[in-house]
Amino acid sequence: MSETTVHGGVSTDSSLRRRLAEFWYYFSENRGAVIGLVFFLLLVLVAILAPWIAPHGPADQYRDAVLLPPVWQERGNASYLLGTDAVGRDILSRLIYGARYSLFIGVIVTSIALVGGIVIGVVAGYFRGWVDTLIMRLMDIILAFPSLLLALVLVAVLGPGLINAMIAIALVFQPHFVRLTRAAVMSEKTRDYVIASKVAGASHLRLMFKTILPNCTAPLIVQATLSFSNAILDAAALGFLGYGAQPPTPEWGTMLADAREFISSGQWWVVTLPGVAILVTVLAINLVGDGLRDALDPKLKRS
Amino acid sequence: MSEIVLEGRNIVRDYHVGGGLFSAAKTVHAVKGVSFKLEKGKTLAIVGESGCGKSTLGRILTLIDPQTSGELLIDGKAINIARDRVTSEMRRKVQIIFQNPYGSLNPRQKIGEVLGEPLLLNTNKTAAERRELAMQMLVKVGLGPEHYNRYPHMFSGGQRQRIAIARALMLSPSLLVLDEPVSALDLSVQAQVLNLLADLQDEFNLTYVFISHDLSVVRYIADEVMVMYYGEVVEYGTRDEVFSNPQHAYTKTLFAATPKSDVDSIRARIAAKKAAA
Repeated sequence: MSETTVHGGVSTDSSLRRRLAEFWYYFSENRGAVIGLVFFLLLVLVAILAPWIAPHGPADQYRDAVLLPPVWQERGNASYLLGTDAVGRDILSRLIYGARYSLFIGVIVTSIALVGGIVIGVVAGYFRGWVDTLIMRLMDIILAFPSLLLALVLVAVLGPGLINAMIAIALVFQPHFVRLTRAAVMSEKTRDYVIASKVAGASHLRLMFKTILPNCTAPLIVQATLSFSNAILDAAALGFLGYGAQPPTPEWGTMLADAREFISSGQWWVVTLPGVAILVTVLAINLVGDGLRDALDPKLKRS
Repeated sequence: MSEIVLEGRNIVRDYHVGGGLFSAAKTVHAVKGVSFKLEKGKTLAIVGESGCGKSTLGRILTLIDPQTSGELLIDGKAINIARDRVTSEMRRKVQIIFQNPYGSLNPRQKIGEVLGEPLLLNTNKTAAERRELAMQMLVKVGLGPEHYNRYPHMFSGGQRQRIAIARALMLSPSLLVLDEPVSALDLSVQAQVLNLLADLQDEFNLTYVFISHDLSVVRYIADEVMVMYYGEVVEYGTRDEVFSNPQHAYTKTLFAATPKSDVDSIRARIAAKKAAA
């Protein structure tokens, strides 16, 4: 090799901005992921701006406008764009406010489960031995319970309410992350590059979180996006049973549960619209997760 | 006589396997009392078949695994990692190069970070200094500065092995353990990497422990040869002694099993074939 240009044309700048630009380049190649991200950002925006863009309060009841259909149907009213529910509350406004709760639940539950699961899983997979045995048997015990039942028991102990429901769901989701992380760490730990880092003098902490963990992220990101949607659904189920969000709260799952009696009657909008909101949100998050995995995995990058 | 860089005195390594619920514990003697001395700037080749303990010995020399008993002296200083912590000063003396260049580089680290990591962990150099040194090292192993910001998957096997060599040399070690460094590469690349290793040995006055099962490679690079068989050293001497006058029956079998490609032996083989036909 006879390279004469030493720094010519090659940027050696590894600053954060450059890395972000690189990340965006690979992420934007996946069109579905971009659509998902746009929708997700819109949703976040809607959630933040809820008090200003919602046409009515989430708990305001209009006694003269009970069970109105959406505006494009017969009997529809332009001031209630997506119709009203059984006690005359505007469904659009409730959906807009509900985005706050659902996103909040998803983010918090996934974060707690992810962070806790990763730390416990890495420790178990890295140190093995009795530490591993102890942790994994504990996780097996949690996994042996039906998830909703265990969450119910935990909420019964902690007391009903949205925050406690979220903690309970996070605890129930934790073992999945622990198992995934542990399996990935175990398979990476014996690779030569880890030993090379060790020979270079890397400490246990550096080996665990800087060398091994970044190579285990792909399954974790996918699991996290799935948990995000599951968290919203489980929180809804707890709300339905009276242990999660309490009734006037416009949480999507609670709305869905409240509208159960309209599933087979003519008022389809009361039950369909919250369901569609959950569906589209979950789909968007899954698309983003897919794009993230592609963008974060250098093995899938094309040079 | 020059200084002794590496000395092993009766090094033993046992592995305990089994001992679970249904099986009794067994002890595998991977290395059974190996002794040797290695002078500065020389190459010791460890030869033997698969599973004879040569890689285990390599891991002990690189301070990855502790020896069960026996003494290991690096630069005249006894070290046992089962007993005391490995200081960064010790780390800087010994480095290793692995057989498989596809597994030995972290797929999420750019080449620059791969090369900078040993410096980051063991020295107080600034980021700019580390980058400068990494760039210089890339040129020394036959790559270019433009490779600094690339990921390992963008390189071929031979280039990756060059990167692995560069990483090992970043701390300017005195001893390099090469665990079959060319057996995963094709023949033309093998020659390039071997020549690179020979050049670097001259330039930095390095001492090599070269683990291999390829006798033609060993004949090319080694000063001394140690033949291992089931964890024991069956033959130990200079290259010429061992190759011209093998003493042990296993060494003779090993040499006989090496394919010969000189003109006389090819002619003899063709003649034998004709005679048989």
